[in-house]
Amino acid sequence: MRYMLLIYTREDEQARASRQAMDQVREDHWAVMEETRAKGIFQGAEPLAPTTTATTVRRQNGKTVVTDGPFAETKEQLAGYYILECKDQDEAIAWAARIPTGCGGVEGCVEVRALRDLPARDHSEVRERQYSA
Amino acid sequence: MVETESVIETVFRQESGRIIATLIRIAGSFDLAEEAMQEAFASALATWPAKGIPENPAAWITAVAHRKLIDHGRRERTRREKQDPLLYETPTVQQPEANALFDTVTMQYPDDRLRLIFTCCHPALNQEAQVALTLRTLGGLTTPEIARAFLVPEATMAQRLVRAKRKIQDAHIPYEVPPRSQLKERLASVQEAIYLVFNEGYAATAGDCLVRRELCSEAIRLGRTLCDLLPAEPENLGLLALMLLHDSRRDARVDSHGRLVTLEEQDRKLWDQQRIGEGLALVDRALQMRASGSYQLQAAIAALHAQAQSPTETDWRQIAALYQELLRMAPSPVVALNHAVALAMGHSLEQGLKQIELLGASGGLEQYHLYHAARADILRRLGRREEAAAAYREALGQATNKVEQDYLRQRLSQVEQ
Repeated sequence: MRYMLLIYTREDEQARASRQAMDQVREDHWAVMEETRAKGIFQGAEPLAPTTTATTVRRQNGKTVVTDGPFAETKEQLAGYYILECKDQDEAIAWAARIPTGCGGVEGCVEVRALRDLPARDHSEVRERQYSA
Repeated sequence: MVETESVIETVFRQESGRIIATLIRIAGSFDLAEEAMQEAFASALATWPAKGIPENPAAWITAVAHRKLIDHGRRERTRREKQDPLLYETPTVQQPEANALFDTVTMQYPDDRLRLIFTCCHPALNQEAQVALTLRTLGGLTTPEIARAFLVPEATMAQRLVRAKRKIQDAHIPYEVPPRSQLKERLASVQEAIYLVFNEGYAATAGDCLVRRELCSEAIRLGRTLCDLLPAEPENLGLLALMLLHDSRRDARVDSHGRLVTLEEQDRKLWDQQRIGEGLALVDRALQMRASGSYQLQAAIAALHAQAQSPTETDWRQIAALYQELLRMAPSPVVALNHAVALAMGHSLEQGLKQIELLGASGGLEQYHLYHAARADILRRLGRREEAAAAYREALGQATNKVEQDYLRQRLSQVEQ
């Protein structure tokens, strides 16, 4: 089963973090990535640019509405992700516990979400819908 | 010396928007461009008094600023080469191209202001940021000036600008005129930002009068720029016409005691005929393009008011018809309210009142003081004084602007007599 591990941190705290703390965070990430790679379960991981670069795009009444900022104003912000192939939820949780989230002594959190398989596209159904519309 | 300074000031006022637009394209950074332009103006201040004013001052400034950008690029490169490259993962600043400027003497290079205005008003920036950035770069206003105009602390405005510029940089918002397919939507966001600047200056009768007036002038100037850059877009003409026609009444809207004077009671001799003439011509030109839009409709309504020699000559029926069209195009409770008022004035007071009360019943206007004021006004005209008084009191409870409150209080005392 594939899991997406979503990392939430407090950007404001991160901005205040010391150089050493940031170095430590980076080291811890490298450790998790190397271990999961060695086990062949690593499928990807990337950090996100801060939410100040976020833009929300939404379809509303057939129009595209573009707005500044993330969808939700929360204390903790999405900062990066991992995708790991784990045998079950417990293994995913164990890895999540190893992923550094905090900076400057304030911990963030990791949300563990199982990935669903993309359902195969049923072409006959699509065609039918097109005709009935 | 004094003369040189005033020349430099004029150059800044008239040309800084175009200069900065080009410098941003070359530097790939708002901050670097701003810095280079400031340095170039400082150089002008230092050398022009002795050497004389160059033939094309704006081209001189651009060329000097361009050289400063190239110098900066060189310094950056050397600095980075000296540093341990592993320590510096920061993205490299775009190198200014040596041939990015063509003929600096005659200013025969592309006008980059269009890119600039589209980037400043990119929908991925919030509207407050769009407005601030447009005024700062294209309008050449200082941060304290913008802060004063929008009644926010200087630090807040500075922060807003920093954030906007950082987002453009970090999220890679393109410095480009959008493709044809997106132009209409993107242009709407530019027009909205400019109109917001105008309304900020026009709507609030409180605050520093001079600052307010300048904000309107600035919006009109930006509107003109937009028309120069995209003259085939009728909504650009409509927007400029709308602002000119509103602004023509500026001196008549408030009396010498700072009291609000309604359109009906205004001294029409105080209306600025030059602005009206220009506005009317623009409305005509826009309507000939046969692509109606909400700014054109609003401008056409303002034009009908502007053409009436006295309140009784106002063509309210035509105004009602235009509001009907506007309602179809951009429905909103406020437009519906205006439509109802035009019906009352053009057809019958009873019919208008019925329409207004229908609107009130459908909700969305209960908190809006002008809804109560409009209802009160029609009741007053119908001679239903007690009901009018009650509605004026309701309006007073909702109004926040002191000038408007004074006006409502005065009306209330009239119907209470």
